[in-house]
Amino acid sequence: MDWPALALSLELAALTMLILFPAGVWIGRALAWRRFRGKPLVEAVLALPLVLPPTVLGYYLLVAFGGTSPLGQLYERLIGQQLVFSFEGLLLASVLFNLPFAIQPMQRAFEAIPLEVHDAAACSGLSAWRILWRIELPLAWPGILSALVLTFAHTLGEFGVVLMVGGSIPGETKTIAISIYDRVQSFDMAGAGLMSATLLVISLAAITATFMTTQRPERLPRV
Amino acid sequence: MSEQGLTVRLRQSSPIALDAEISCARGELLALVGPSGSGKTTLLKAIAGLLRVRSGLINCGDETWLDTDRAIHVSPQQRRVGVVFQQYALFPHLSALANVMEALHDVPAAERRARGLGWLERLHLRGLEHRKPAQLSGGQQQRVALARALARGPRVLLLDEPFSAVDRMTRLKLYEEVADLRRDLAMPVVMVTHDLDEALLLADRMSILSDGVILQSGLPFEVMTRPESPRVAGLLGHRNIFRAGVLEHLPQGGTTVIEWRGHRLRARLQSQFAVGRQVTWTIPRSHVVLVGRGTAGESGQENAVDGVVAQLVRLGENASIVVHVGGSDRPPVFLSVPMHVVRGHDIAPGAQVALRFLPEAIHLMPGDRDPSRRAHVRAMQTDNI
Repeated sequence: MDWPALALSLELAALTMLILFPAGVWIGRALAWRRFRGKPLVEAVLALPLVLPPTVLGYYLLVAFGGTSPLGQLYERLIGQQLVFSFEGLLLASVLFNLPFAIQPMQRAFEAIPLEVHDAAACSGLSAWRILWRIELPLAWPGILSALVLTFAHTLGEFGVVLMVGGSIPGETKTIAISIYDRVQSFDMAGAGLMSATLLVISLAAITATFMTTQRPERLPRV
Repeated sequence: MSEQGLTVRLRQSSPIALDAEISCARGELLALVGPSGSGKTTLLKAIAGLLRVRSGLINCGDETWLDTDRAIHVSPQQRRVGVVFQQYALFPHLSALANVMEALHDVPAAERRARGLGWLERLHLRGLEHRKPAQLSGGQQQRVALARALARGPRVLLLDEPFSAVDRMTRLKLYEEVADLRRDLAMPVVMVTHDLDEALLLADRMSILSDGVILQSGLPFEVMTRPESPRVAGLLGHRNIFRAGVLEHLPQGGTTVIEWRGHRLRARLQSQFAVGRQVTWTIPRSHVVLVGRGTAGESGQENAVDGVVAQLVRLGENASIVVHVGGSDRPPVFLSVPMHVVRGHDIAPGAQVALRFLPEAIHLMPGDRDPSRRAHVRAMQTDNI
């Protein structure tokens, strides 16, 4: 069992989830209610990671983060180390390739809140923050929760992008998915099997827990 | 009149056309009546501040909520409006009490619960405070929405088709409750409805809205019986709309005489229409009397004309009758009479009958003033009216 790889994967997944929670709420909410020119293009760009092969996405991120790219150079100047093949680079890539998994369910959840409910809240004197906190988030919560769990599980299992952007540096960018691949390459099927089973159990548990918490209680009969 | 009330003036051509001027005094209930898509809800949303209008002015008491010339647009939160939405828009995840308490969030926490409970009790919702909206009936949801709207102590109460989503029995009960509640409400109340009966029952005044334009405002019964234009008459469901010429005014008799399809008809005195002028006239179907079978001459009554029954439909204890006067190619006369009259006179389609128009119910309106519209309308249908 490659414990450092498992810990790294869990840390990466948790941080990705943490970053995408506010970002997803903000973007998902804006896409749900605002109309603006170019919205379909924005939605298409955000959905790209769903359809692109992970290696293609990884390739572009590698080029974008690399030492010769403006982003890579800026990062190096500011932090003093390169972005690619680092945990931070991996985290940024992870956030980007998880965008559709986080945003789309959240957007659908916000879209499902009737506009009248939002208007009623404003007319009841609730500030924008209070509307978000007291009305929108509780109503959108099932969608937000499943978005976060999807993001978590998807980060644990991502292979192609992680390999391209992070390489496979033990303790820095070597995730459990890559470790499993390595074990298979070196014919350690027992090790690969144990880690695969661990990943399977964690993912299944997370998704089951989401279904349990978001399942609506049975409606009581009308009186 | 509306020193302390609400005055609204809104104008814009897009995205939704609006040309509306309304006022509603404190304690007054104004009904905005119009067909679907006439801009009623748009107007209500603009008053609530939920919709930005290109050009307009909204004053409530001594506050200005909207003044586009001075770039003033007060947010819905600061306007203090109470709104009951068509589908109630209750917060589905909160209990009835929590829904009301949410509107009281700026009240000290210690008072909030007691005041929320007080409002629920006032609207006969005692014992239901912990139910979620989905566990309440339509009428109960409506009451929670009303409690939530009133809890804030609004400066204006806006009701958007508040009774449309409940069954008839519940609606009748709610009418009584609203009428009862209104005695204590000192704020202007604006109610949107497409139901004329509802407006007649509850409103102090009503405004007729069509395509975003206020066509007429006034006392409900007056608007109903004295529409200012054929368009308003049409929107109010008048079917008897005809053209005639003004023959003479007889002030002593309180009468204006018009000429219609070769008949001299006496109408209530309406001397604002010059002699010789073409007018449009209307009469409620309930004020057309079925004199009986035979001819008008035989009846010897004034304002009587001959006709042939074209259609007779029984609607409960009443019959809706369509009668051709002066030929079947002309717009017919519609009348509504009790079934016993139909049976008594043995009325059936094809029967020759005499009708009488009650003079006090004949209401004159200008013809179409707009020449292009007049030409268009004439081309469409009115040559033979």
